[in-house]
Amino acid sequence: MKINDVILQTVTKLVVFIILTFGVELFFSGHNDPGGGFIGGLVLSSALVLLFLVHDIETVEKGIPVDFKKVAAVGVLFVVGTGVGAVLFGASFLSQAFGHFELPVFGSTELATVVLFEAGVAMAVVGTVVTIMLSISEDV
Amino acid sequence: MNNIVVMPMVIPLLMGVILIFLRPFVKAQRVLSMVAMIATVIATVYILNLIQSDGILRLDFGGWLPPYGILFVADSFSTLLVLTTAVVTAIILLYSFSSVGPRYENMFFYPFVLFLVAGVNGSFLTGDLFNLFVCFEVMLLASYVLITLGGRRVQLIESIKYVVINVLSSWFFLVGIAYLYGTIGTLNMAHLSVRIAEVGQGPLLTVIGIIFLLVFSLKSGLLLYFWLPGSYSAPPTAVAALFGALLTKVGIYAMFRTFTLLFYHEPHITHTLIGVMAAITMVGGSLGAIAYDDVRQIVSYNVVITVGFILVGLAVFNEVAIIGSIYYLIHDMVVKALLFLLAGTMIYLTGKSRLADMSGLIRNYPVLGWLFFITTLSLAGIPPLSGFIGKLYIGQGTVGAGAYVLLAIAFLSGMFVLYSLLRIFMNCFWGETIISEDDEPPLRNRLLLPCVLLGIATFVLGVGVEGISDYVRDAAYTLMNPEVYVDAVLNDEK
Repeated sequence: MKINDVILQTVTKLVVFIILTFGVELFFSGHNDPGGGFIGGLVLSSALVLLFLVHDIETVEKGIPVDFKKVAAVGVLFVVGTGVGAVLFGASFLSQAFGHFELPVFGSTELATVVLFEAGVAMAVVGTVVTIMLSISEDV
Repeated sequence: MNNIVVMPMVIPLLMGVILIFLRPFVKAQRVLSMVAMIATVIATVYILNLIQSDGILRLDFGGWLPPYGILFVADSFSTLLVLTTAVVTAIILLYSFSSVGPRYENMFFYPFVLFLVAGVNGSFLTGDLFNLFVCFEVMLLASYVLITLGGRRVQLIESIKYVVINVLSSWFFLVGIAYLYGTIGTLNMAHLSVRIAEVGQGPLLTVIGIIFLLVFSLKSGLLLYFWLPGSYSAPPTAVAALFGALLTKVGIYAMFRTFTLLFYHEPHITHTLIGVMAAITMVGGSLGAIAYDDVRQIVSYNVVITVGFILVGLAVFNEVAIIGSIYYLIHDMVVKALLFLLAGTMIYLTGKSRLADMSGLIRNYPVLGWLFFITTLSLAGIPPLSGFIGKLYIGQGTVGAGAYVLLAIAFLSGMFVLYSLLRIFMNCFWGETIISEDDEPPLRNRLLLPCVLLGIATFVLGVGVEGISDYVRDAAYTLMNPEVYVDAVLNDEK
């Protein structure tokens, strides 16, 4: 079935960016406040799922030529990697470090390795959700 | 801080993820998965010896001290099981290299085997009840994939049953955890042990304990084994061997841990219940093993009998019986893997799985026949093979506790194991050959080698039992004296 819903497609063009921005906002508010990689990833993937629903799979895959199974794998690699990274520095597995740095534009900024961990979680969530959606849609 | 403790889980996990990127390179996947398993074996041997010199090891993730953080605890019991898992998986991998075929190998077969091992090892090592749930799920998700991979009709039918039953039992697990957290307010196993001992194991806590018993008996096939024979006979041989060797053992491990560390104050309720369930399991499993004439079903019912037999040790609850159970657990992981591989090889060679359709295989494949005979003897507990010592100790412990009915059922079920396997042996290996020497499918050495290795392992485990007896004694001592475990986790500043 070919869907050609102009209103939905036009709205989606705008809404996808709002959802993506909200997802990033949720992601960065994480680890000290409510938010973080998991729900950030869920929101991000909901934007992608919306794109897949409104356009067909081929169009979106042409625009975003990414294998989402690999995205999930990269995510898990980040998660386990930050855990093992702590071992290499002689700390307990999964230890996280943070520090304050003077950055040119942002001024004094707190940088934490937990962001890498959360990024891994987000990627794993996005990869998994989109892969599930795509495999179900292939079956129908 | 002992980061080595987490390695038996992290090495397979990390390698599994890396292998996803190497999807087209099957050769590289084989080599790297084998490297990962060997590295795990080496790390585990190191941990095991470290425990003997330094006592129980623990690793607080991210430096969060117990009871607030999640931690891994390695004592002799868990580490022995991790070691056996790693060795058995390495040998089964060797078998799968030349048996599963490119259709599986291109569909992430090796990554999921490694994820399964990561989940199994994580379940053995974790010191936190919720983390145990998570590791169970890792293991189960990998096993869902492995059981459906290939997509044959029978696999899909059985996998529906398997997935539904496991999702249900996982839900019960979660409910049990919620009840326990609501009642006691902690999920760290050592902390739970302390608090349950402080408040006394009242009726409420005993009921929660029975919920855990229900969960783990669904997972391990104690009494609630109706899903097991079907699911274990559907997937390809290598996967079936992995399942038969590892999956039920994780449930058994969890049961041992829960009912020696947490709910050990009312043995006349909980442990009696385990005893009754074990007895019914052995009777039911024995009936199944002699009732069917499909090799795969018979072999799967043998798994059921063993689950009952091992839990006799927990039911009578004394140190001698627990020693026996640990020996038997290790023995059974090795020898069940061997049994599943042999049965699968027989079906691969003849293309048939019913007893009546096979005959005279020993003329065509003498080594296979003798290996099957050794397996039968080992499972029946004939010295000097590895089944003997475990049976001896379990029997001794049962006599010591005066549980003669359980003793009788346990040793009768051994007779049924012997009978059911001898039936396979006499029907399939003796008699007129059905395959003429000209068109017999060649049994490649690469298929035979893993079986021979496991056969050697059961012999070495039997003869060289002195070599592991120190570790097993230490494991049983820790299980029977929960305060040792609690001390190591809560009071020890390492």
